[in-house]
Amino acid sequence: MIEVENLRKSFGLNRAVDGVSFKISAGEVVGFLGPNGAGKTTTMRMITTYLVPDGGRISIAGVDAERDPHGVRQNIGYLPESAPLYLDMGVLEYLRFVAAIRKIPRGIRIERLKKLVKACGLEGMLDRKVGYLSKGYRQRVGLAQSMIHDPKILVLDEPTSGLDPNQIIEIRDLIKNIGEKKTVILSTHILPEVQTTCNRVLIIDHGKIVGDGDPEKLAASMQGGKTSFNVAIKGERKKVESALEAAPFLTSFSRHDVKNGESLYTLNSSETEGVGEKIFRLAVDNDFVLTELRREVASLEKVFASLTLGEGEA
Amino acid sequence: MRNCLIIASKEFRSYFRTPIAFVFLSVFLLVMGWMFFWVGNPPFFKRGIVEMRSFFGSLPFVFLFFIPAISMRMWSEEKKLGTLETLLTMPIREGEVVVGKFLAGFGLLVVSFVLTLPIPIMLSMIGDPDFGPIWGGYIGSIFLGAAYLAIGLFASGLTENQIVAFILGWAVSLLLFLIGYLQLQGLLPASLEEIAHHLSLYTHFQSIQRGVLDSRDVVYYLSVIVFFLFLNARTVKHRR
Repeated sequence: MIEVENLRKSFGLNRAVDGVSFKISAGEVVGFLGPNGAGKTTTMRMITTYLVPDGGRISIAGVDAERDPHGVRQNIGYLPESAPLYLDMGVLEYLRFVAAIRKIPRGIRIERLKKLVKACGLEGMLDRKVGYLSKGYRQRVGLAQSMIHDPKILVLDEPTSGLDPNQIIEIRDLIKNIGEKKTVILSTHILPEVQTTCNRVLIIDHGKIVGDGDPEKLAASMQGGKTSFNVAIKGERKKVESALEAAPFLTSFSRHDVKNGESLYTLNSSETEGVGEKIFRLAVDNDFVLTELRREVASLEKVFASLTLGEGEA
Repeated sequence: MRNCLIIASKEFRSYFRTPIAFVFLSVFLLVMGWMFFWVGNPPFFKRGIVEMRSFFGSLPFVFLFFIPAISMRMWSEEKKLGTLETLLTMPIREGEVVVGKFLAGFGLLVVSFVLTLPIPIMLSMIGDPDFGPIWGGYIGSIFLGAAYLAIGLFASGLTENQIVAFILGWAVSLLLFLIGYLQLQGLLPASLEEIAHHLSLYTHFQSIQRGVLDSRDVVYYLSVIVFFLFLNARTVKHRR
């Protein structure tokens, strides 16, 4: 669906995008993840033909972006960062304007607009001036605008930035629904967003791709065949610790807190399967009370930090 | 062409959605009414002649401030808000947007002229004016206004700051205007007289205003308009 090959773009001496290549197939929801200034927005601007690359090739649904930018624009819906809109227009007026430029035939225009208004939750807002809308509603108008021509691909630049937590959840749900039918690229620097909305993540740093894959697998690969558990154990501390010391399946453990007679530990193991069960048996055999047993999943935060800051082990 | 009209209608309406149109039209009519009735020696009521010379004599100067004011926001606001990005990733050409925006400004210009028509109507009721110079004045003003507009639009495309766009549009228009004004006053060195006469917005305005529509003047204004609209499309296209 989207093929990008060795894409390059510089602004003066700053190489904003420096040899980016990737392929995205139909139906994927891909998250561009990277620190601010990593080149996410510039890459998106080139995909949407707003900027012309210095080098490289972009092909969208089989259409070459350099040779036929208007053909590419037909297939893409784009929501730029912070949803820029004409503040003096009404919501419906604006959507009609976009529909006219997008050449939606008059016969189906009303039908299309009705569907979009419903899908984006804009009922009751149609006569409001865009300038008076909250940030969340502006984002919805921006989303509606990007889908007016029913494009195969949606490019969303930081769709949830600047929203409050409730609005973030609403917009994410919207994107999830859209993602069931369309190919979506979205950029963000909020990590949990990628884990909840995307089925693939591209980590971009200094204009290059430094990580690519399923968010969960990417996180798991960082752990390198080790598992750790967070546990809370009730029992005499000396006894507990000597039992942990003696356990053959644990490589190390550390205590971080003691409260109400419970001790909180992090247990590390070199085994990957059945460690939780073994910890449970250990507690039962020694007559300890296990009040918490939680496997620690390496978060994308750690993957991100290690890839973009060059830290070794996360 | 269809796209031009969509943009033109959106931009024209946005003049009326914001206070711009109302402020522009009311202040323009106030200033021009004052120019018509009170400027000139003797002023209109003591003159005893039904004509609009003081009106068309002052119009090029009034436009110098008014036209950049209606063109300054057209591109700079798109850049500042970021709407340029949404607009130019839709299937529309830069040139079509340029022409659309120009047509919208031109529409407002036409409205402002229509609103001054009560002056010639009144003149024809109280006397027997020579309509040659009056129509000449209107036609010349429309061409002059359109040329200022193209220059102002070009200036707006260079910056995301409306104040900068205004001053730039004003300065370029003033320069093209002033060289002719100075030439007609005999204030330019002989070597520059010829060029100034051909290039200036003012000399051609004076020529049309006399009531004779010379094709050279029309071609001149059309080339100025097309030249700046073309530059405008180029600068918008070569963003960064």
